[in-house]
Amino acid sequence: MMSRRTVAVLTLAPVAVFFVSLFVGRFVIAPADVARILWAQFFPSEHAWPASVETIVMQIRLPRSIMAMFIGAGLAASGTAYQGMFRNPLVSPDILGVTAAAGFGAALALLLSRNAVELQLIAFAFGLLGVLLTYLLARVYRTTPVLMLVLSGVVVAAFFSALLSGTKYVADPESKLPAITYWLLGSLNATSTRSLAMALPPIIVGGVGLILVRWQLNVLAMGDEEARSLGIRTELLKGIVIACTTLITAACVSVCGIVGWVGLVVPHLGRMLVGPDHRALLPATLSIGATYLLFIDCVARSAVATEIPLGILTAMIGAPFFGYLLRKTRGSWQ
Amino acid sequence: MVEVRGAAFRFGERPVFDGIDLEVQAGEVLTILGPNGCGKSTLLRCIGGALALTRGTVRIGGEDLATLDPSARARKVGFLFQDHVPSFPFTVLDLAIMGRTPHLGFLGTPSTRDQAIAEAALDQVGIGHLKHRPYTELSGGERQLVLLARILVQQPDVILLDEPTSHLDLKNQVRCLRTVGALSTAGATMIMTTHDPNHAFLFSGRVVLMQPGGALLVGPARDVINETTLTATYGIEIGVFLARRSSGSGELTFCSPW
Repeated sequence: MMSRRTVAVLTLAPVAVFFVSLFVGRFVIAPADVARILWAQFFPSEHAWPASVETIVMQIRLPRSIMAMFIGAGLAASGTAYQGMFRNPLVSPDILGVTAAAGFGAALALLLSRNAVELQLIAFAFGLLGVLLTYLLARVYRTTPVLMLVLSGVVVAAFFSALLSGTKYVADPESKLPAITYWLLGSLNATSTRSLAMALPPIIVGGVGLILVRWQLNVLAMGDEEARSLGIRTELLKGIVIACTTLITAACVSVCGIVGWVGLVVPHLGRMLVGPDHRALLPATLSIGATYLLFIDCVARSAVATEIPLGILTAMIGAPFFGYLLRKTRGSWQ
Repeated sequence: MVEVRGAAFRFGERPVFDGIDLEVQAGEVLTILGPNGCGKSTLLRCIGGALALTRGTVRIGGEDLATLDPSARARKVGFLFQDHVPSFPFTVLDLAIMGRTPHLGFLGTPSTRDQAIAEAALDQVGIGHLKHRPYTELSGGERQLVLLARILVQQPDVILLDEPTSHLDLKNQVRCLRTVGALSTAGATMIMTTHDPNHAFLFSGRVVLMQPGGALLVGPARDVINETTLTATYGIEIGVFLARRSSGSGELTFCSPW
């Protein structure tokens, strides 16, 4: 179980980074002004700041920071649940093809010049469709063996990647192709209160679902046959885990494109901090994931004059960090 | 306590065994012996409900196992698997508490009372001092005891042990079998498969000698295990010996290829 200090750090870190994220950026706002603007939302007080500053904080940075936290937390929890279910620390949330399918959906929406809301809906729907196909493909005699799930995921992901390439090939190279390419690199700069309202419900539903089965995940990590002998309905539990992670990941990809490595690396960080017990690990990875992606997004939008795509940064930081973990644990993953 | 009637099992087209009738009394240790591939693990997994019989029934305490949901079944039968593939480095205590799963509701998590039950079980098998260690770092013998403790935490009516000593060295084999013996003395009902006929001499319960083709010899060890039956079962000449210890006193019956 977690020590009191770990709990304190994991609780305060996201709050601290959240506050910092509201005043850093290309337009620097004094921390005190940010505090006053937030205060004024709840308690009417004198407006001693320009309306434009309030717009930046409330309309741009606040939704974006909230989105970054939910996406980071959601991807991290999804990765944790999948690593437990697949008994494999190299698994990430996109193993069943959700990312490839949602990515194709988004590219298709861009090709067909749909608006932002439609893009988000189409990408989300394709994400769900992709995982449904994987699940049906993996079904053998009313069970879904883990190996069949992984292999079916490879098949479905390859198929949707091919469709994505086809979409890029027919896209207008002057306008559509750059839009698709840039979108796939991942970014939160299109975040609005409306996209928040669409993305948060599935992420919250999926996250709550995973938290509810946190104990059962421990038992499932013993393997299907042992888990069954301990009284777990393994097919039902796997179905719940897949449904929850798919809701989360499809929602994430549909608003911010493909942001890799969060769901792979954060569970490892969590296990180093609190151990493998999902009762502590899932809440811990929610906090670490939220903090991590919010931090990366702050870097993405304020490090250089133009915004750096999120997917590039998460991989540039995530890959070397994973390499470091690999060296440190010498492959034993403990 | 356990009642197997007309049990048959086939893997696809290949019949493994057919027409097996077996009864285990409460408090008995039933040892199942037989050569590799004769189907003793398969029989055990059918009794435990991990595999479904092609034909026949398994009743435990009068209830047909096939009609029970997984958690009701897990309250009746505990299973020690032959090959436990180590998972994440859970602590010994966390692993033992998993035995409470069938006693929790669907979304339940263990309470402090469940933890106390797990700690008592670890003490009972003699590894209470290891409870905060990652179970993946233990020796094979200690890990087997953790898994055995997890079954005690499960508090099933019957404990099934599938070759509990198969990967253990001599000392840990003895440690594991003595723990099984102590549980038996404490009143547990157990069915154990083993590849070593000598293990059958250690317990007072009956022995099942499973022969290729599925014929069963059932009875007390001294009746079932003799040179004729062993030689016929394993297909090599096997002798049964009564030996006196070279230093000190004591006698031992054992069998060995001859």
